[in-house]
Amino acid sequence: MNDIVKQHLIDPGICIRCNTCEETCPVKAITHDSRNYVVKAEVCNDCRACVPPCPTGAIDNWFPIAPGKPYSLEEQFSWDELPAPAATPAATATSEPDDVARLTSAATAGQGGPAPAPWSAEKPAVNLYNEKGPITATVAGNFRLTGEGASADIRHIVLDFGGVHFPLLEGQNIGIVPPGSDTQGRPHHVRLYSVASPRDGERPGYHNCALTVKRVTEDHAGKPVQGVCSNYLCDLKKGDKVQVIGPFGANFLMPNHPGSSLMMICTGTGSAPMRAMTERRRRMAQKESGSLMLFFGARVQDELPYFGPLMKLPKDFIDINFAFSRVPGQPKQYVQDRIRERHDDVWQRLNDEHCYIYLCGLKGMEKGVDEAFRDVCRQHGGDWDKLQPQLREKGRYHIETY
Amino acid sequence: MSIDYSQKIPNNVDLSSNKTLQRALEHWQPAYLDWWNEMGPDKTSTAEVYLRTAISVDPKGWAHFDHVRMPDYRWGIFLAPAEVDRKVNFGEHKGQPAWQEVPGEYRSTLRRIIVTQGDTEPASVEQQRHLGMTCPSLYDMRNLFQVNVEEGRHLWAMVYLLHAHFGRDGREEGEALLERRSGDADNPRILTAFNEKTPDWLSFFMFTFITDRDGKFQLAALAESGFDPLSRTCRFMLTEEAHHLFVGESGISRIIQRTCEAMASHKTDDPAKLRAMGVIDLPTLQKYLNFHYSVTSDLYGAEISSNAASFYTNGLKGRYEETKLGDDHRLDTAEYPVMEVVGDRIITRHVPALTALNERLRDDWVKDVQGGIDRWNKVPEKLGIPFRFTLPHKGFHRKIGIFGELHVSPEGKVISEAEWTHKHRDWLPTAEDRAFVQSLMGRVAEPGKFANWIAPPSRGINNQPVDFEYVRFN
Repeated sequence: MNDIVKQHLIDPGICIRCNTCEETCPVKAITHDSRNYVVKAEVCNDCRACVPPCPTGAIDNWFPIAPGKPYSLEEQFSWDELPAPAATPAATATSEPDDVARLTSAATAGQGGPAPAPWSAEKPAVNLYNEKGPITATVAGNFRLTGEGASADIRHIVLDFGGVHFPLLEGQNIGIVPPGSDTQGRPHHVRLYSVASPRDGERPGYHNCALTVKRVTEDHAGKPVQGVCSNYLCDLKKGDKVQVIGPFGANFLMPNHPGSSLMMICTGTGSAPMRAMTERRRRMAQKESGSLMLFFGARVQDELPYFGPLMKLPKDFIDINFAFSRVPGQPKQYVQDRIRERHDDVWQRLNDEHCYIYLCGLKGMEKGVDEAFRDVCRQHGGDWDKLQPQLREKGRYHIETY
Repeated sequence: MSIDYSQKIPNNVDLSSNKTLQRALEHWQPAYLDWWNEMGPDKTSTAEVYLRTAISVDPKGWAHFDHVRMPDYRWGIFLAPAEVDRKVNFGEHKGQPAWQEVPGEYRSTLRRIIVTQGDTEPASVEQQRHLGMTCPSLYDMRNLFQVNVEEGRHLWAMVYLLHAHFGRDGREEGEALLERRSGDADNPRILTAFNEKTPDWLSFFMFTFITDRDGKFQLAALAESGFDPLSRTCRFMLTEEAHHLFVGESGISRIIQRTCEAMASHKTDDPAKLRAMGVIDLPTLQKYLNFHYSVTSDLYGAEISSNAASFYTNGLKGRYEETKLGDDHRLDTAEYPVMEVVGDRIITRHVPALTALNERLRDDWVKDVQGGIDRWNKVPEKLGIPFRFTLPHKGFHRKIGIFGELHVSPEGKVISEAEWTHKHRDWLPTAEDRAFVQSLMGRVAEPGKFANWIAPPSRGINNQPVDFEYVRFN
């Protein structure tokens, strides 16, 4: 299952058809028609002699595919750009580790499996590293996000990949395999973490990414339990080495076309992908204009990761709605309450084909949000049960809960 | 095959075994550096630029990336590997062994060809020397400098041929190449297009997309030459030239992307509104395209040329991809269609192919330019914008050849002087258009930041992130 086969492809969106690769290839694996330069999968011996002379970088693509099922020359000739790797179910099915598939399926169960990615989403790279061949990252920083007095210990951990190719998009996950073994002597299962940094890195110009990790000290039922991976991550020191696999996820991605809007709903560490997307939009400034609306829930302000930085964002850049459920002397507020309060704006966004909706956090929030959307629709004469499948089909509604 | 960097002049031609030649080039080297310091990129001598340097001419050593100060760039002499038993592949000497020395009867012709090609290399560096001050990003600044140092290396390539094969005349030509100046009234560069200004980045991208593509086709035709050292030199230069074409094609594509994004998000195609937003409206881009396309087209010379015919017959300059063409490679009886003006009509006439080789190379170039335009057009198409770029008629705005004395509209209609005067402002950049583009040119030199009028590239250089520090200032 983990047998990853990669096909050498040329990105027709970047290639300038200069013929340098065809000229250079020692085994004549590259050919062209009047439209595209393409690689004959059965001839290419992966010697990579064509890579340095390519003036564009278009040559440097290695796509995971199902063994024995490479893209044909006819398919390659017909492309204007590379297909999203996830567009080939066979490809992901053969290369995604079992653990990852299981976790993904559980996280998206609420909407019947992953929704398609937005049409304008950047092409994600997936499954570049698996458990047999993980990539080693170095911890560049580990900071506590929650207040000293807060009961939850949520951390912002920055991992650096050095010079190794490990591309990540907002909304994608990476897998961490904690070292050691369980009480039965078996290796630990992989854990998935959504990246909290945008595609150009936590620190632009450095090949790194950020994670938002909560130290698990009790299970869903409140029983004391030490989360193996979260405690491992939360205890990491600067300079420590971590084994990482991935990237994973080709669906929970942000749109990239100008004028596209985001409505983000999250609790706790579910804020990680929202922070990534928000930061991406902030760095792109006006280049991907469109509104941002955030519903963010936590027990108290002190336990809300990134509260300070969020408050610094201009009001005309992002419309922030906090909901706190455990503030002494105040009624419990949940994200669904805020959604109902803002029903006019929410309704307008549900009906804006350029608005994409993301939900990430604890499984428990799913039902409440679903009910809130149903109420908003009813209030405006709509039907959530009809709208929801349409949103999903168009890649406008994405759920990842745990 | 590997390049000897321990020498004063890096080379893969075993320069140290020919002391006379080595001394002559070592004498030329300081003059070259003086020229670079005087006429190369302005105010950049201490900046460290993430440049590609060839450390050997095989694919693996082709692209070595590192931060270097430009004056320390290792300009040298690199020839593509020799082809065993290479023959003259066309013309009346077809089938004879390729010449390793210049045949006496072709000496002055070959010298002229090499000097004309060589003169364009320093000329473009001179034309572009102020652009670093107004770069739209560090990424673009790095690409400009890469283009500049490689044009400098192309000059070296041609000067090597002049020194190695043309004796004293060659050395004098080598010095003259450093003395002419682009745009200088008294001592200009040889070809007109290389005396035009490259005043802004839009012009630079158009130049690298269109005019460097002329370079590609000229080099490709010379790479077919029966004079083997010229062929090997040009083959290696072609690999470098590809990067220049990439800079131009992707540069314009990113400008189009940015403009189309603004059009889509503000739902407008009004040039005034778009200009107010600080992006370059598509009709202005079309005008720049018309200008650079027509000026560069003149570089191919007259449609009918007896010079071109004798270059071919004598085995000095072939056709594009000569050895891949399936004909007799002599063109004794073949014909080629060429345009002709009869009254106010443009017709096509068949002429002996041998005399139409300039036109043929121009047509190959047009086809290649059109391919790039088609790729640009995918940008508005993808964003649902109906605008499409088109190439003007071959006769539009020409100064050389059968259209040289006429006025032709972009659609290919012969028009009167009066109509031209009335309409040309719609077809070519006006002083106001140029002033507007100039007004956008402010320097952006922070990693990852881009000027408002251009989109970031989809990929960095050498797999580095887009916000990599491509140029370090000290």
